[in-house]
Amino acid sequence: MKGEREVKERLNRIQEEAIKKIQASKDLNELNDIRIHFLGKKGELTTVLKGMKDISPEERPVVGQIVNKTRETIEELLEETRLQMEAAQREERMKNEVIDVTLPAKKNKLGHRHPNTIVMEEVEGIFIGMGYEVVEGPEVEYDYYNFEALNIPADHPAKDEQDTFYINKNILLRSQTSPVQVRVMEKGELPIRMLAPGRVFRSDEVDATHSPSFHQIEGLVIDKNITFADLKGTLAEFAKQLFGPETKVKFRPHHFQFTEPSAEMDVTCFKCGGSGCRFCKGSGWVEILGCGMVHPNVLKMSGIDSEKYSGFAFGMGLERITLFKYEIDDMRLLYENDNRFLSQF
Amino acid sequence: MNTSLSWIKAYVPDLNVTAQEYTDALTMSGSKIEKYEKLDADLENILIGQIKKIDSHPDADKLIICQVDVGKEELIQIVTGAPNVKEGDKVPVVLAGGRVAGGHDGKKTPGGVKIKKGKLRGIESNGMLCSIEELGSTREFYPEAPEYGIYIFEKDAVVGQSAIEALGLDDILFEYEITSNRVDCFSILGIAREVAVTFHKEFKPPFVEETGNNEDVNNYIKVTVENEDLCPRYCARVVKNIKIAPSPIWMQRRLASQGIRPINNIVDITNYVMEEYGQPMHAFDLEKIAEKEIIVKCANNGDKFTTLDGQERILDDSVLMICDGEKPVGIAGIMGGENSMITDSVQTILFEAACFNGTNIRLSSKKIGLRTDASGKFEKGLDPNNAEAAINRACQLIEELGAGEVVGGMVDCYSKKMEGRKIPFSWEKVNQLLGTNIAKETMLEYLESLELSYDENTKEIYVPSWRQDLENSADLAEEVARFYGYDNIPTTLPTGESTTGKLSFKLRVEEVARNTAEFCGFSQSMNYSFESPNVFDKLLFSKDAKEREALVISNPLGEDYSIMRTVPLNGMLTSLGTNYNRRNKDVRLYELGNIYLPKQIPATELPEERMQLTLGMYGEGDFFTMKGVVEEFFEKIGLNKKINYNPNAGKTFLHPGRQAFICYENNVMGYLGEIHPQVAENYEIGERAYIAVIDMPEILNYATFDRKYVGIAKYPAVTRDISMVVPKGILVGQIEEMIESKGGQYLESYHLFDIYEGEQIKQGFKSVAYSIVFRAKDRTLEENDVTSVMNKILRSFEELGIELRK
Repeated sequence: MKGEREVKERLNRIQEEAIKKIQASKDLNELNDIRIHFLGKKGELTTVLKGMKDISPEERPVVGQIVNKTRETIEELLEETRLQMEAAQREERMKNEVIDVTLPAKKNKLGHRHPNTIVMEEVEGIFIGMGYEVVEGPEVEYDYYNFEALNIPADHPAKDEQDTFYINKNILLRSQTSPVQVRVMEKGELPIRMLAPGRVFRSDEVDATHSPSFHQIEGLVIDKNITFADLKGTLAEFAKQLFGPETKVKFRPHHFQFTEPSAEMDVTCFKCGGSGCRFCKGSGWVEILGCGMVHPNVLKMSGIDSEKYSGFAFGMGLERITLFKYEIDDMRLLYENDNRFLSQF
Repeated sequence: MNTSLSWIKAYVPDLNVTAQEYTDALTMSGSKIEKYEKLDADLENILIGQIKKIDSHPDADKLIICQVDVGKEELIQIVTGAPNVKEGDKVPVVLAGGRVAGGHDGKKTPGGVKIKKGKLRGIESNGMLCSIEELGSTREFYPEAPEYGIYIFEKDAVVGQSAIEALGLDDILFEYEITSNRVDCFSILGIAREVAVTFHKEFKPPFVEETGNNEDVNNYIKVTVENEDLCPRYCARVVKNIKIAPSPIWMQRRLASQGIRPINNIVDITNYVMEEYGQPMHAFDLEKIAEKEIIVKCANNGDKFTTLDGQERILDDSVLMICDGEKPVGIAGIMGGENSMITDSVQTILFEAACFNGTNIRLSSKKIGLRTDASGKFEKGLDPNNAEAAINRACQLIEELGAGEVVGGMVDCYSKKMEGRKIPFSWEKVNQLLGTNIAKETMLEYLESLELSYDENTKEIYVPSWRQDLENSADLAEEVARFYGYDNIPTTLPTGESTTGKLSFKLRVEEVARNTAEFCGFSQSMNYSFESPNVFDKLLFSKDAKEREALVISNPLGEDYSIMRTVPLNGMLTSLGTNYNRRNKDVRLYELGNIYLPKQIPATELPEERMQLTLGMYGEGDFFTMKGVVEEFFEKIGLNKKINYNPNAGKTFLHPGRQAFICYENNVMGYLGEIHPQVAENYEIGERAYIAVIDMPEILNYATFDRKYVGIAKYPAVTRDISMVVPKGILVGQIEEMIESKGGQYLESYHLFDIYEGEQIKQGFKSVAYSIVFRAKDRTLEENDVTSVMNKILRSFEELGIELRK
């Protein structure tokens, strides 16, 4: 009959041998073999356990405890060693995985928005933030909306000034975005705060500063107690948001058929900040938009009571802002669609 | 509109401002100044000198040595090559250290030419005698100057004085941008009135006394106006015993400052008054007026008439003519006739100052193709009351200049007198509109200085007839605002009911289209809406294609821009061609733009404008790349159902075997395909190119930004891979339709993982392999759930002649 002592000695031997082998092991495979050899189903510890039947029942719990302790010791060391080996292996692998980070990037080749659209969206965003709804109107328009309803009767010289393309006597290519104002006013839903960006047409020959097709952005506010001071405040705020907080504005008296009083707004040149440069022709100011209080005749024609309601309107040329903002020196580039141009924005 | 500062000062004598102050203040009060030019900017140290002695040059035949008195103690020695000077002449002398504007030849040097002491062929020269060209002007405006040589002053010129001042070159020319409503400001007096109010100075217009002898003009001429609508007023006066002579220097200088060449006293007076009053005038030779009668009436269709520039003009019955008892003698408001023009031998003249209908003059001038200074003024619509003032001013100048004897009285055809108008004025309303708090007295002060008088009893402002532009309270508010100063109006933000800023649904979908296209590598292009009718041939459209029915612009920039596009391809293909020609690689473009589909030809209604998303590319990628972009876009805007592709799109401009309609729920959303090689050649695209066109209005019927979360599957999927031998003519689309229709409730997805044609496959067939995935939401699928469905699918395949690959 084997006694407790004998078993203990045996376990000690096994443990020492295991530790020695683990410490001498070189890789994970070897380590695995060691694990099987000592802890596997046919391993040495299992053999010891199998021999438990020869031990007296009183001694069994004690011996069992010793066996478990030995197993734990070996397992711990095995695990510790495995982690060390894995870490070392990882280190080794990464050492071999050094890359040349200056090799070329693999780009997704995103496309680019047209500079006109970038500016248009910026302007829209500013006015949406101030509660304006963006609306559209037809590009091929009735003469009535483009002129007559805007206080420009038949044979008015202002009609000549705009060099309008006609389909026939009554139908034309809109020469301004202002007809959208009329269409919105006609609906009679007040108050109105709207922005109408879009394509307009005038028969200008193509050159560096002219195009027969370009874009305008029109704005209209109609409500009770709208004043010229509100017009100034709104557009000054707009200019600051578009061109930067330092921007100053200047309103000069002007004339438009559909507004009264009317003004043109200059902003401090966004290149030189107002000190005078090539872009602003030395004046420090750049003309950016036309505006004014909606003419009582226009309100009347759209069925709005000019005694109760007043409003202001403004209109600006999109391309003009785009050209200035991006320092593009030839308007033709905007419609040529050369990829080398478009991909700069 | 231009004015010189000196002419303005003639009516605003107290004005004392710099050019910049003038420019800034006038611009802010509404008379925008585009630019100004100081005539003496490049002239310095130029005096009137008298040549005391001339000696010949010892070493040069063409040079002479002048001793010149410039009012200093010593004479100045100047060597010159000028041929026209003699002892005693008074001439402009630029002293050493001074500057002149340019050379003899009239070419100006920016910044001027500095004159230094020097030696000419060994003889010292301490300055230069000047020609009018060297002083920056021309003989046009100084007709007394010699054709070649030094300018010579009148005998009474004062030696030692500034030659610049003596020639009136110490002046500033201002160029204004006058808005079309301010007809009155197209005159020196109109501008001067604005200047006076702007600077709070007194306005002193010319004082015109009664002119004329004891005779009665009615004994000389009779005037009949047949068409009073086109000629609201016709004033005529007669001057006899005409003495043609040059006009005085002061008048010549002022005309020169307006860019008008002095001719003789009579012509100069009419031009002078036209500039001063803004009222064109005409002078007829009364001897040439048949039956001493003027009749104002329209021409007959096809009438021919020779204007005083010698050109024959063809007229129609809308053109108003000035006729005598026998024949036309002038085109009203545009140009007089050769047959009645005044010559140097004129004895008696008939002055005309009339008011014509502006629109009629504008249209006639266009029709005849003749625009003159006069017609330019008339077409703005002149104040008939100004005609009388102007003709009387002209007669006053005739008398002052001793150019003739003015006959008493004026013939005046003026049936409907134009009165000023009265506008109700409420200072509270003006403040309300402007958002200001300006005192009533201050407002009235501005208005009254503009000669707009206020009647306290009726609370009305009386507007004189020259201010036709003032019609209502808003107009008065502008008058107040521009003199109160736009700058002084406060800046506030609108108050009142708040509104929601937003983009329309359509614009939101377009924004997603832009984003998706750009994520897929397409850059945004912009093309014109109008194009050439040739594009239909270029795109191989059949002769009777509906697309050819396009709106035609009646006044296009040229045929290339003459129709409104009905297909969005020409711009895209042109842009691809441009890029290809410029050797840009792998180009991908998109455009969001309208096409214009007429509802009827000729159009009586507006066309239908349909927004098209057009994608185009060449280089990397193929048909299926383009298809991928389309599907990405559909997914982004919530079109999550099956997209079908019908290969029978029938587009002439696409490769017949590589094109398809894009269909969603049995409706066509657009089409895509490879560009037909012939079309690619037409657009000079040297590679395979692909396009897709999405009709946005159609898409909008299905697009949605609503999303509902669908639970992520908890139970495992069952995947079946099948490999088939398929008759070549069967499209994978048909196979997928079968999978969908027979797949049952557990069908989750399917994908094509192999397609092959070749040696191992029998003739006329292709090998196709699909992976089909089934899954139940609520349990793990059993083997036989899937098997029964697969059997159904396979049976349907058999019907299409598809065999399972063994």
